[in-house]
Amino acid sequence: MMARWLAASAFFIALIVAWQLLVAAKIWSPLLVPSPWSVLEYLRSAVEDGTLWESALVTVRRLLAGYGLGILVGLPLGLLTASFRWCQDTIGILALGLQTLPSVCWVPLALLWFGQTEAAMLFVVVMGTVWSLIIATDNGVRTIPPIYTRAARSMGSTGFHTWTHVVLPAALPFLLSGMKQSWAFAWRSLMAAEIYVTILTGFGLGHLLHYGRELNAMDQVIGVMLVIVLIGLTVDKTLFAPIERSLHRRWGTARQ
Amino acid sequence: MQNAEALSDVVTTKLVVDHISKWFRTSSLNVHALDDVTLRITEGEFVCLVGPSGCGKSTLLNMIAGLEQPDRGFVQADGRTIDGPGPHRLMMFQEAALFPWLTVLGNVLFGLKLIDELSVSERRERAEYFLELVGLKRFIHSNIHELSGGMKQRVALARALAPNPSVLLMDEPFAALDALTREQLYGDIQRIWSQHRKTIVFVTHNVREAVCLGDRVILFSPNPGRIREEFQIPLPRLRDINSVDLARYSTEITRVLKGYVQTEVAG
Repeated sequence: MMARWLAASAFFIALIVAWQLLVAAKIWSPLLVPSPWSVLEYLRSAVEDGTLWESALVTVRRLLAGYGLGILVGLPLGLLTASFRWCQDTIGILALGLQTLPSVCWVPLALLWFGQTEAAMLFVVVMGTVWSLIIATDNGVRTIPPIYTRAARSMGSTGFHTWTHVVLPAALPFLLSGMKQSWAFAWRSLMAAEIYVTILTGFGLGHLLHYGRELNAMDQVIGVMLVIVLIGLTVDKTLFAPIERSLHRRWGTARQ
Repeated sequence: MQNAEALSDVVTTKLVVDHISKWFRTSSLNVHALDDVTLRITEGEFVCLVGPSGCGKSTLLNMIAGLEQPDRGFVQADGRTIDGPGPHRLMMFQEAALFPWLTVLGNVLFGLKLIDELSVSERRERAEYFLELVGLKRFIHSNIHELSGGMKQRVALARALAPNPSVLLMDEPFAALDALTREQLYGDIQRIWSQHRKTIVFVTHNVREAVCLGDRVILFSPNPGRIREEFQIPLPRLRDINSVDLARYSTEITRVLKGYVQTEVAG
């Protein structure tokens, strides 16, 4: 454990040192490639004047709302397409088609429909989340060995009981990986929306990124990118990873 | 008149398979799985169904379990036509059909929780009793993947026994195990059968296994699945699969079986 920590720390320190060395070599203009210290300085000032917290909060709130709604809609729809042929032929095909659409493509439509409102943001995130989640859930349920449901049926389990006690738990590893993938998609959609759309009800991290570009403030651009990466990593490590670990332990699918 | 006959049979006859036929239709194939199969199994009997793959023996087992319906004929348990699965006829599968998201205890409790009359503590007691019976009390909280193949099938056996079915249906339950583990389980299953007097229908393609376990061995031939012959095995219990007497029976049955398979190939 300790050794892994050390190795990881060494790697990232080396990365930062290499960055600093490149800056010191003065190959590129410092306007385009700011030093690690100026990025850190930007982050410090942004934390101090509160803009970073505020933007992060706005973004995370939008993300949670959109992602939550996406799951609430996507999971049941995926279960439906996996269990009824007519759902598969309708919603299933719609989802398959729309999931190939990059989420940024929803932005113009959202703007025209909802204007520069929170609803537009929510719409883009939900559209970016829901289709791939339907597909992942559908696949997950279909991958369950039929022997599980047969065994349950022979013990007298029927209908709803089979669904809640066999199909859902059996599909859980697939549902989780689908949800994880959707989380990444939700992030992407929201950043696309925030960068393209200015909304007066709140400036998110995407807006900070956008204004960084407008102001030619590379330290801000890179600083905000770092924050986005950190939030993504934190959610993965604190939310998804523990659930995944416990699932792997129980199912015996853990990688050594 | 027929009713009177049926009544006098009720005491001893557990399962009646009456002139059943079954077809499986897919887009490219129409398989005649079972053709006019009739079978009578008495209470407490250990019957082995033997035959090459594709002879419909698993299909017949599924019908007794209520997981499939015959296209013609009917299957009765205790004088009532079977129209679905029930806790009195439990199935133990060939592959690991244990639920990996539950512990050993959770798996055994699964069927017990479907019996409304039992209290929580009664369920727990029963589960523990049957896990003890198959020698796995110590592994009660283990995850399924932590068990060996033999232990998994023992859990499956405990899970099938726990709801106290009167009929136990076993679909090649030991096929994936190594010889030594299998031999242990032959002993276990005979012991449990004689203590608890279940009616057992056991499907296998291993003739020796069938002779070791069955009071009666029923030979199937494929295309379409038919009953060809029946053998009574009057050997004393507990039987050892390596005994010479047993080998004599299995040699004889294997010879007959080969005859059918060759005729099929030639025809």
